[in-house]
Amino acid sequence: MRGNQGTLRRHETMAHIDHGRMVGTSPARTDGAQKVRGLCRYVDDLEFDGLWHGATVRSPHACARIVAIDAAAALADPDVVVLTARDLPGPNVLRLIADDWPVLADGRVNHFAEPVALVAAPTRERARAAVGRVEVRYEVERGIHDLDQALASPRILASCRIERGDLEAGFAAATHVVEGVYDTAHQEHVYIEPQGMVARPTAQGELEVIGSLQCPYYVQKALALLFDEPVRVRQAPTGGGFGGKEEFPDAIAAHAALLARRVGRPVKIVYDRHEDMQATPKRHPSRVRHRTGVDAAGKLCAMEIEVILDGGAYTTLSGVVLSRAVLHAGGAYACPNVRIEGRALATNTVPSGAFRGFGAPQTQFAVERQMDRIARLIGTDPLTLRERNAYRLGDVTPTGQVLEESVSALECLAAAQARTDFKRRWHEIEDARASGEGHALHGIGLALSWHGAGFTGEGEQRMRSPVRLALVAPDCVEVRVAACDFGQGTTIVLSQIVADALGLPTEMVRVVDPDTSKVPDSGPTVASRTVMVVGGILERAGRRLVRELGQGGAPPASPAEFVELARAYLTQHGELEVEERFEPAPGQTFDETTYTGTAYSAYGWGVHVAEVRVDADTLATRVERATLVFDVGKAIHPVLCAGQVEGGSLQAFGFGHLEDLRLSEGRPLQDSLSTYVIPTAVDAPDFDTILIENPTRSGPQGAKGVGELPMDGGGPALVAAIENATGIVATRAPATPEVLLEDLLAGRTLGPEAVAGALQAGEPLEGLR
Amino acid sequence: MRVLNLTVNGDATEVAAPAHWTLLEVLRYRMGLTGSKQGCDKGDCGACTVLIDGEPQLSCLTVAALAEGHEITTIEGLLPAHLRAGGEGPDPVQEAFDRCGALQCGFCQPGMILSARALLSENPAPTRDEIKAALSGNLCRCTGYTQIYQAVELALAEATGAEPASPSWAPGENPWAKTPEGNARPAVGAAGLTEGTGVAPSGGDSRTNGKAH
Ligand code: FES
Ligand code: FES
Repeated sequence: MRGNQGTLRRHETMAHIDHGRMVGTSPARTDGAQKVRGLCRYVDDLEFDGLWHGATVRSPHACARIVAIDAAAALADPDVVVLTARDLPGPNVLRLIADDWPVLADGRVNHFAEPVALVAAPTRERARAAVGRVEVRYEVERGIHDLDQALASPRILASCRIERGDLEAGFAAATHVVEGVYDTAHQEHVYIEPQGMVARPTAQGELEVIGSLQCPYYVQKALALLFDEPVRVRQAPTGGGFGGKEEFPDAIAAHAALLARRVGRPVKIVYDRHEDMQATPKRHPSRVRHRTGVDAAGKLCAMEIEVILDGGAYTTLSGVVLSRAVLHAGGAYACPNVRIEGRALATNTVPSGAFRGFGAPQTQFAVERQMDRIARLIGTDPLTLRERNAYRLGDVTPTGQVLEESVSALECLAAAQARTDFKRRWHEIEDARASGEGHALHGIGLALSWHGAGFTGEGEQRMRSPVRLALVAPDCVEVRVAACDFGQGTTIVLSQIVADALGLPTEMVRVVDPDTSKVPDSGPTVASRTVMVVGGILERAGRRLVRELGQGGAPPASPAEFVELARAYLTQHGELEVEERFEPAPGQTFDETTYTGTAYSAYGWGVHVAEVRVDADTLATRVERATLVFDVGKAIHPVLCAGQVEGGSLQAFGFGHLEDLRLSEGRPLQDSLSTYVIPTAVDAPDFDTILIENPTRSGPQGAKGVGELPMDGGGPALVAAIENATGIVATRAPATPEVLLEDLLAGRTLGPEAVAGALQAGEPLEGLR
Repeated sequence: MRVLNLTVNGDATEVAAPAHWTLLEVLRYRMGLTGSKQGCDKGDCGACTVLIDGEPQLSCLTVAALAEGHEITTIEGLLPAHLRAGGEGPDPVQEAFDRCGALQCGFCQPGMILSARALLSENPAPTRDEIKAALSGNLCRCTGYTQIYQAVELALAEATGAEPASPSWAPGENPWAKTPEGNARPAVGAAGLTEGTGVAPSGGDSRTNGKAH
């Protein structure tokens, strides 16, 4: 460990920051009291006079031409309204990166459950019944249903490439060259609240939508294009998002708004779980190919990586997901010679979309499994190999970015070793298994991960997000941002940051609900950017507000003085509003054509250690204990920060072994929570969470984004633990019992003796010879 | 339509609803008790859990008519029941969930809290495994569950007067320790996680905790 050096560096880095009293404590979340009493009103809990209900007619085919739509039977109910692509007031597109995602299918469908027509009726039941009476005739065509088929005749949605050093020279200098191919599958978000939206014409004739969403301004832009009029968008309390309510709400909002405009009343669309699982985006499936050159000691000499993502039927966000996937594909490891190429391919499946981690969990699953393979080849344990290669201060990433601050890979590894005694325990299990002495099928595995916080490259610079703070009363400062709280607790966290900048308690700071008529476009609530980026701008805004309040004199030194000055100011001038925008740190540039420069201004670092028990008869895995070591820069609100780390890690474990979504001809075979299984309380391990605070200059009081990082390493750590327990070398996530059995029967093991030894605990499996 | 006589949160009510409606539908769309949530298409998520005669039941699977003649408690009824029973301040389970981070988006919470409430009324000293088993029908996608177990254990500790265990990420000071005034509001000790002097603030903890370099 770095000993005192690390400590000292912290103090130097932090010297310029004023420390208030709220950051680092865990005040009650603003919505907690309402939520625990069941009084928090989510979109389906909202009532409106004259409300109608909307429902969606969806394609039963993944790839087909629409021959005819006959709504006569549905329209036999005189109250029922049916809309198709012909009825749109504007362009039939939900604009994201490319203009290829239609509001409603027109002429053909490109994925199963694609919306073909919309229905509204006075009750939910009548709306749903009417859906069944809209007759659509299709001419089914041959589709492309998975990555294998897509690779055979690729249609490329996006591509990118990173190159650094001299790859051939790197391989020439290597002692070993290791190859591997790694696959990950679709993952469904399973926010417990399904997607829902209400749209209504207001008394002034304006269009307003209220719903479960992460990005009010995305929705506003989508609707502005469709209706050619300004639309007001408000976030309702949102029952989980995880990226699943990033881009999809554009679609459901457009649908509700179309119906509301047609019937001239409020229309609500709330999906049931089946519909939500069939029709909404999922995590991009991936295939990642590694060719790695290492020297005799296991130091990386060359990495050649190919990343393929299944983008689904439309581009939606695939370009940016691919970009983040590729930028994280080399893992948290220094290597002088690197080439990473990525492509996102089209298939006839639901468009893949934003999901916590945004491509990085897929590529880090691959690189972590590859590192485990390398460790075995050179005869060391996985932790030691990572220590040899992990980024240190001053190292250079594949884009040529010099890591100048806040690099904690080694510190996280050391803390994980100290807490779990990983090396000794890993070796002991390996020895026991290899000697065939049998073992109770316990295993331990780990993964190291990194995650860039904020938008990739110059995304933040381009947006120059504004935030506003307003002194509205002597004892109340309002925070006006578009950042949405969908569980993370950003409302209280942002008030803590602002409170400290103002020298006030959080009670005197109020974060207004996201509403495009009241808050500026401070950017979407995505990319682990809210605390670090939005919080950072707010911190500056807070300092400015205090300065302006001082009117040239000394800024208030206490809350009492603040109130006094504020009262005087308000009487003299009225409300004081300050606006600040994102300012890039000097020298941070990124070239999107060559993929060189500062990809992210700060990285979070983390280690997952998974301890599993594998059932010898069924090969079902259970995570019994998990140690999570995460450098978050600064834990603004430790309770919520730990909650992000633990909740994200459990999703990652689900991704690693449990959550199995298969498609048949583009149709999901698992579309309910009884067939698509997410971890329950009995599947979840006890988390032992350690937070490290190695601050960044880029975030408020040193904080880095923490939302996505926990998703990156959980899957590979768990699969590594299965390998340690059983000797089965899994290269696919989820490593379900079926996948493990296939690997076992195909001989993808550390050798038959090792496996037999491990499986002695139970009856030997049929076919294991 | 059918007229139902339901006793919800201590009040007897008459409510008209289609005969095939579930208890969840009647609670949500006839009685305005929207605290009970629908998270799935019947029976998988537990978000709709209510107590029927003290037992946790899935209201989305319960035909409303079958609940006639039974005591129904929804999340909205917990606090009033606590106060009626002579309790002061918030219901300890609800309070503990709020303090421990056991709710994020909050959508699973009503069901989760009612399951926890039922467990504690039945078993005054459940082990962690018993807590897990009792909550296993309530899915939570946000928290990872550990903070939920900690909340149940905190409520338990408060009931028995014991000190609750400190979470691993707060090695210096127990954020859930009792305050002299009872449990005002959580303010996690600044000692627990301030930017480091490089040693665990309490000095007595030799575990690596992210502060001890
Ligand atoms: S809504 Fe009742 S179990 Fe999901
Ligand atoms: S808090 Fe979101 S599902 Fe439990």
